[in-house]
Amino acid sequence: MTNWAVAIPVFVYLALVFGIGFIAGGLRRRKGPDFMEEYFIGSRSFGWFVLAMTLVATYVSASSYVGGPGAAYKFGLGWVFLAMIQLPTAFLTLAVLGKKFAIVGRRINAVTLNDFLRHRYESKLVVLLGSVSVLAFFVAAMSAQFIGGARLFEVITGVSYRWGLVIFALTVVIYTTVGGFRAVALTDAIQGIVMFIGGFFILFGILNTGGGMHNIIMKLKEIDPGLITPFGSGNFIAKPFILSFWVLVGFAVVGLPQSAVRCMAYKDSRSLHLGIICSTFALGFLILVMHFAGAVGQAIVPGLEVGDRVLPTMVLQIMPPVFAGLFLAGPVAAIMSTIDSQLILASAAVVKDIYLNYVNPNAGRKTLSNISIAATAILGGVVLLVSLNPPPLLIWINLFAFGGLEAAFLWPTILGLYWKRANASGVIASMITGIVSFIVFNQFGIVFISPRVNAIVPAIVLSFMVLVVVSFLTPAPKKEVLDTFFKA
Amino acid sequence: MDRFAQASKEALWGVGLFIAYFIWWYGFGYGLGSGDPDEYTFVMGLPAWFFWSCVAGFVAFLLVTWVVVRFFFKDIPIDDDGGTESGGEAA
Repeated sequence: MTNWAVAIPVFVYLALVFGIGFIAGGLRRRKGPDFMEEYFIGSRSFGWFVLAMTLVATYVSASSYVGGPGAAYKFGLGWVFLAMIQLPTAFLTLAVLGKKFAIVGRRINAVTLNDFLRHRYESKLVVLLGSVSVLAFFVAAMSAQFIGGARLFEVITGVSYRWGLVIFALTVVIYTTVGGFRAVALTDAIQGIVMFIGGFFILFGILNTGGGMHNIIMKLKEIDPGLITPFGSGNFIAKPFILSFWVLVGFAVVGLPQSAVRCMAYKDSRSLHLGIICSTFALGFLILVMHFAGAVGQAIVPGLEVGDRVLPTMVLQIMPPVFAGLFLAGPVAAIMSTIDSQLILASAAVVKDIYLNYVNPNAGRKTLSNISIAATAILGGVVLLVSLNPPPLLIWINLFAFGGLEAAFLWPTILGLYWKRANASGVIASMITGIVSFIVFNQFGIVFISPRVNAIVPAIVLSFMVLVVVSFLTPAPKKEVLDTFFKA
Repeated sequence: MDRFAQASKEALWGVGLFIAYFIWWYGFGYGLGSGDPDEYTFVMGLPAWFFWSCVAGFVAFLLVTWVVVRFFFKDIPIDDDGGTESGGEAA
């Protein structure tokens, strides 16, 4: 039972991003100075708007539309308070990595975070650890996003889950494969606009249906006073729990390879400056509105059992069908823009970090171009196949994907940029410590300070200490390396 | 001026604003929101703690970000040959 008025805007939208992939691919064939630079980082040519939107769209994933508002529905305004921790992260990432990363990235022709690590630490083991983490965590995370996307697609369009998964996944994989990083960033920009417009619609729809802000809040208080406190319904959002999020979705986000790579892709200082302001505005608005919509959900559509479906269900109830379709293209967009950036980086890890390093260091332009396109297509295809029937190992890895990437990459990136003494031995020890401690603290429920503290906190503390101590115990990096990275 | 020294300064601005936002968020959120919900005050229909920490906090952070970027971030070339310098704003 497909509701066409809702489904058509979503399908039109899919067709649109599909077209952009092919346009970006065509641009590359005409321009084509350096294939790797263009395919994996869009020739470092992005202006402020695309920079801001691609960063925001990468952050705002399924969790901001599905998981986040679902939790907000259950726990109330306290969960919006928690989500707003993400507000300063776009600024923090762009300011901390920002110019230094862009300058050094151009100097060494880096197109991925692993490229940067390879030049800075001159160690094959660092690159191997980095590319294996990127591949394992991204494949697991992409598969989870595919599944989330297909479920949502099912709710919105009425297309069966399997067909939804195939249509949805093929769209993302094809436009990413054909268009490379440029298509990823351009579709991100459009996806950002779609999400933004959807945000206005839902805010208006809620205030209208709920009879004004005061009424809505009073109704929430009547249902459960906990819903309007910072501690959430049943005091679930305890301080040690919420403060861990300042690490998990706060400053540790700086270390995510998908945000780091965007800090090398912009054109000039001015793009960065305007990009900081624009991304902060867009990120704050989207996070505030989406989570607020979830939080007041109990006053608008009470008694939903599946919290995760709160936003789609609410939208279908309070908006005219075509507007609902326009709004719901937003979460579909959010999920696609998260997957595409992971897919292109996973492909870069295979081609740049593994193929060029270990298999064929002297590959020519034609070979590289074929290999890169094949790698993206095959990786995407593999993720689609495993998502049809996800193996338990994959689901297990996905639990650790987000925090695991942060634990692996945060300190090697930041200290590599700003601390001369950081060296390869320190980084190898730190990456292993970070990932292992994050998994061990999680799996065995080891208590760090309080049982409600997330395992990311000890993992980040330990990986920092290990990097510093081991670097001091082993020789300093060579002078030529330091000149490249610290001499303006 | 040394480009990397300027980049480090901007990185510190990023960290500083991050900490300032944390204090604002924590101060208003728990300062106004820790009491009994029956005694809450409201601003524009929202509980005061939520309005000040999340809504006003967003607007304030955005304004401060604009001021900091406008006045303390410098337009420096990011290519080694200085080729793509945009030169728009005064340094």
